[in-house]
This record gives sequence, C-alpha cells and structure tokens, in this order.
Amino acid sequence: MHELPVTEDILKVVLRHAEEARAGKVISVSLRIGELSDIIDEWLQRYFDYLSKGTLAEGATLRVERMPVIFRCEGCGESFRVKIREVKDIVCPACGEGKATFVSGREFFIKNIEVI
Amino acid sequence: MADIRLIEVKEEILADNDKLAGEIRERLRAKKIFMLNLMASPGGGKTSLIIETLRGLKDSVRTAVIEGDIDSIVDAEKVVQEGVPAVQLRTGGACHLDAVMVEMALREMDLDALDLIIVENIGNLVCPAEFDTGAVRNVMILSVPEGDDKPLKYPLMFTVCDALVVNKIDYLAIADFDMKVLKERVLKLNPKIRIFETSCRTGEGISAWIEWLKDEVMNFKK
Repeated sequence: MHELPVTEDILKVVLRHAEEARAGKVISVSLRIGELSDIIDEWLQRYFDYLSKGTLAEGATLRVERMPVIFRCEGCGESFRVKIREVKDIVCPACGEGKATFVSGREFFIKNIEVI
Repeated sequence: MADIRLIEVKEEILADNDKLAGEIRERLRAKKIFMLNLMASPGGGKTSLIIETLRGLKDSVRTAVIEGDIDSIVDAEKVVQEGVPAVQLRTGGACHLDAVMVEMALREMDLDALDLIIVENIGNLVCPAEFDTGAVRNVMILSVPEGDDKPLKYPLMFTVCDALVVNKIDYLAIADFDMKVLKERVLKLNPKIRIFETSCRTGEGISAWIEWLKDEVMNFKK
C-alpha cells in the first residue's frame, strides 16, 4: 500500500550513488526485502518507472530478492523457515516444539546498482 | 558498447526516515517527553482508547495528541473537548505517518509543558508498521470483531509493537474469537509484548492499561 513513498526513497538513494559514480545510466537496482514486508514487487516497478522518468534511472529494472522469515525453536535451537502467510501455527519441524522466536525476515535494503 | 559497472549501495531503504526518527527520539528524551505511537485498523477504537486514557491521566500526566487522519479533523475535535492540546495531521491520502510528518506536528506543540505525546496513526495494520515515527513505544489495538487470525495476516505489525490492547472485549460473547489462541499467536511472533484486554464501551480493563502507561511514563522521566 505504501509502495509510492518507499519507491521515492529507493530512487533518491539510487540517483545519489549513480551521480557519485558519474554513471550515464542505471540499468538495474537490486533490493533485498524480507517476506514480512507487504511490499508488492510489481507496484514498486510501476512507481519506479513513473518517478524515474527523465532521470539517470529511467528504464532501470528492479530486482527484488525476497528474504525468508526465519524462526528459532526454543526447544532444540533449530532455525527454520516459516511461510508466514500460509501457516496457521508455527511449529519446529525438527522436534515439534511449539515455542519459537522470530529471527529474521524484516530486511528492507538496497544491495547494489548496475550502471553504464 | 559501454561496460556495465556494479556499484555496491548497501543502504537501508528507509534510512532517511530512520535517521530523523532517531533524532526525534533523542530530542524528546532530552526533554523527558514520552512519545507513544498508537496503531490499529479503522474502527478498532484508537480515538476511544485515547479519550479514556486522557481521562485516566488528566491529574497526573501532561498529555498532548498528534492525530493522523487521511482527510478529516473529527478526532482532533474530540481530543480538544477533553481539554488536551491536539495537532491534526491530514495526510491527504498517505496510508501511514512517518518521522517527517511527526516532526511537523512537534513544531506546533509546546514541548516544555508535556510529559506524554500520543500519536494516533492512520487506521491501517500494514503500512504504519514499516515507518519509525520517533516514538519510544509502539502500541497496537486489535478489536475483537476483527478476528483472532490477524497475527497471521499482519505479522509485521505484531512484531514491532511493545503492547497490544485487545479492545471491544464486550463483543466476546457473540464473536467467534478465541482469546487463548490469539495470545499464543501473538506471543510467538513477539514474546516480549504486553497484552491488555479492554472495552472502551464498558470501561473493563481500562485501568490496567492506564496504570501500565503511567508507570512507563514515570520510569522514562526518572
């Protein structure tokens, strides 16, 4: 729902790095976004295309790497992936323990850009 | 053809917002003002809980309210009727408050006359979870009619909050809502979260919430 302000922030960072590198054009932008985020990739790209018109980043492709949601079992210490939008309960696949703590899956990060 | 170069960026997407939120937190800490960010769905009872809280704290804590709303001022008017200063932020369509908007509201407030600022965020369980407002505590309301499955649908919101107020418990008798299951789901996502059960309509559970908040504000001021 908030892809527009997020895209503005992405474009700002991308243009700053592209200008510092004296690039002629940005080809792609690689992002790392956790599965806990509700950002929809397709809308990121649409807003990016709209906002980047007339800038060095016009026409660049966004590549989104989705980071899995990871929990750690409080029983046996095993870390395991949870498909957070599909499961009804979070249970350790190794020991069946019901208690687990959240480890990661909230990433919201720009990794790199490709420029010419 | 020109060579393609790879430039390492390695920056948080919301770095600018996070930086400003950190500055707001430091500034308010220096002034010993506790700022609370209250989030919920539309109709969850944010304004009702704020009104009850203002009444409960009126003799002990100097409070002001920042009201986020897409396009109206009715909530701010209710707060002002309680004799408490309010700043209305009309976001004009934005689905959340961020640090820049909170900063604008703070400029309109007399910060030397306050112990507590309550930020009423936009009614939405998705976007406000992603944006740091500069508050020291995040609190969310889940109202009983919304259902006990919300931690599964909006997990991020439940992971960023320090307290959960389960409101409208007067509906429990007629709702298909399992409090035990809800608590298990929430505590799994966030074992440190404090959970309160309230009804702003009957007043049940409100005093426990107010006592907790008062203690948090007083400990912060020490």
